[in-house]
Amino acid sequence: MMNIWDKMFNFDNYGQLLALLQNSIIAGALLGLIGGLIGVFVMMRDLTFAVHGISELSFAGASFALLVGFNVVVGSILGSLVAALVIGVLGVRARERSSIIGVLMPFGLGLGVLFLALYPGRAANKFGLLTGQIVAVDDPQLFWMVGVTIVVTVALAILWRPLMFATVDPEIAAARGVPVRALSPIFMIILGLTVAMAVQVVGALLVLALLVTPAAAAMRVTASALWVPVLSVLFGTVSIVGGILVALGGSLPISPYVTTISFAIYVACRIVGARRVRRGWGPRAAASVRTPVAATIGG
Amino acid sequence: MNSAGVADAGVTGALTDGDTAPTVGDPAPTVGDPAPTVGDMALADGDTEPAIAAVRTRDAALAYGDRVLWEGLNLDIAPGQFVAILGSNGSGKTSLLKVLLGEQPLTRGRAWIGGEPVLRGSTAVGYVPQKISIDDGTMLKARDLVRMGLDGHRWGFPFGSTRSRRAVRTGIDNLLASVGAAGFGDAPVSMLSGGELQRVRVAAALASNPSILLCDEPLAALDLRHQQEVAALLDRRRREHGTAVLFVTHDINAVLDYVDLVLYLAGGQFRLGPPSEVLTSQGLTELYGAPVDVLRAQGRLIVVASTDPSAGHHLSDDDNCVVDHRQPDFRRAVQQ
Repeated sequence: MMNIWDKMFNFDNYGQLLALLQNSIIAGALLGLIGGLIGVFVMMRDLTFAVHGISELSFAGASFALLVGFNVVVGSILGSLVAALVIGVLGVRARERSSIIGVLMPFGLGLGVLFLALYPGRAANKFGLLTGQIVAVDDPQLFWMVGVTIVVTVALAILWRPLMFATVDPEIAAARGVPVRALSPIFMIILGLTVAMAVQVVGALLVLALLVTPAAAAMRVTASALWVPVLSVLFGTVSIVGGILVALGGSLPISPYVTTISFAIYVACRIVGARRVRRGWGPRAAASVRTPVAATIGG
Repeated sequence: MNSAGVADAGVTGALTDGDTAPTVGDPAPTVGDPAPTVGDMALADGDTEPAIAAVRTRDAALAYGDRVLWEGLNLDIAPGQFVAILGSNGSGKTSLLKVLLGEQPLTRGRAWIGGEPVLRGSTAVGYVPQKISIDDGTMLKARDLVRMGLDGHRWGFPFGSTRSRRAVRTGIDNLLASVGAAGFGDAPVSMLSGGELQRVRVAAALASNPSILLCDEPLAALDLRHQQEVAALLDRRRREHGTAVLFVTHDINAVLDYVDLVLYLAGGQFRLGPPSEVLTSQGLTELYGAPVDVLRAQGRLIVVASTDPSAGHHLSDDDNCVVDHRQPDFRRAVQQ
């Protein structure tokens, strides 16, 4: 029992470890930022499954890069972009999209497993791409990640309002001159970049914990156009950085820590949100009758 | 409120009006006088003689391949006029709105809005769609939806001074109040009822202070009480601000008291004029090329295809499709 505990939590020589893992912590914070921001759109555009599909192809790309001795981040980005574009182009309709992702995902995973099996190097590296690893981030990788973060953040800052308009109300947005069709593939590229980065930190299997859970949690407690992204970023950053800090001394992958924190935040937000809904969610005129929800009209 | 009930609220509602009147709150006596004249439709027409037409088309035609939807359309719609656009499915009602939105080019002719050629994304045009519902998971405040109507199409991050932000907020508060939505401005849109959401949508369409408002069956998903409320809202807007309203509908009765002009599209042709002139047995018979009777009952108009007495509620010649057309699921399937 003691043995397992030591594996999970071990805070000996914490200061030295912290210095060693500086890169990972920076990468985690960057990922918390862009994952939290893009998560808002992933939720609103209903792309949760697409995120999972992209991450598996990103994993294939990364393991191929590992096999041939290429930059793993670049391989991961290429895999991501291919998946994002295929899903974006072929999967315009929701149902079509789901089937395409369902087809792509196992293929990507299979390819990745193949490349890893052929890879002669250390086993820790292999597992890292699937479940995340703590030592992973070296300087060239961090360089790429900073680049990705800048690109994604700037793109989202420019696109935010039209993209939100096109997401919430495509018909009216198009009437207002928003290029709704063009925005879709552009968003998929930004999403692909973010996923590629997340694969580096938490591993392909658990990308959703940083790209979906924080935004989903935020949307449980607020509908504010300002607070949804702010809380989403906060939740994402706390999950990933907190997860790394707790995982530091143990010998396990970081993802269980990250996902546990992320999940706990979500549960807490659900409870808070449920209480808020029960009390009527904000000020409303007493006269207006609460018919169930507007969404039931659309079936 | 369910889809089936909603679908009934249009044309067929006119037929069953007598039955539902006691339960819905007896709308017939309040809607208008039972006299055969169509009320005060000349009102807005009379006191605004415009220098520039809100909407103007010259020899406008729209055709898909060989199929001509309408041609030779010369519209001169004055500011503040309330125009109902009627016709069967596929007669080009929505296409006309798309033309005015700049999303659909004319096959022939030209169109102007406020004296300027039609331009896609113009802030002079407000648009209220038929589709009311917003995806269930959308966490967005009603006021944020209105704000999108103001600057949702702009690129870049909305930096602004505290004062300008406060001005925007006050403006949105006023808009919400003007459509009777002040009470739920901070509620998430997914928690609003259909009637509440449609008010918010009207506010969003008005956010850019447009000179014309294009409405594509905005009442189709609403019950009778909310239909009357939203229709009255549009009427007040055009009277107070001179916003011309182009209103596509299957059921003119909800707006009959407000309508100045009717544009009735059918079979590649059209009739344009006051309701008392267009909505007559003779006029529609000529337009359809088949016997049509227009009946008036309790201040409401009922269009009847005379050849088939059993089909008494048919306003259009493909009424079976009308019902389907209003099922949001069906519509979504078509769009995909």
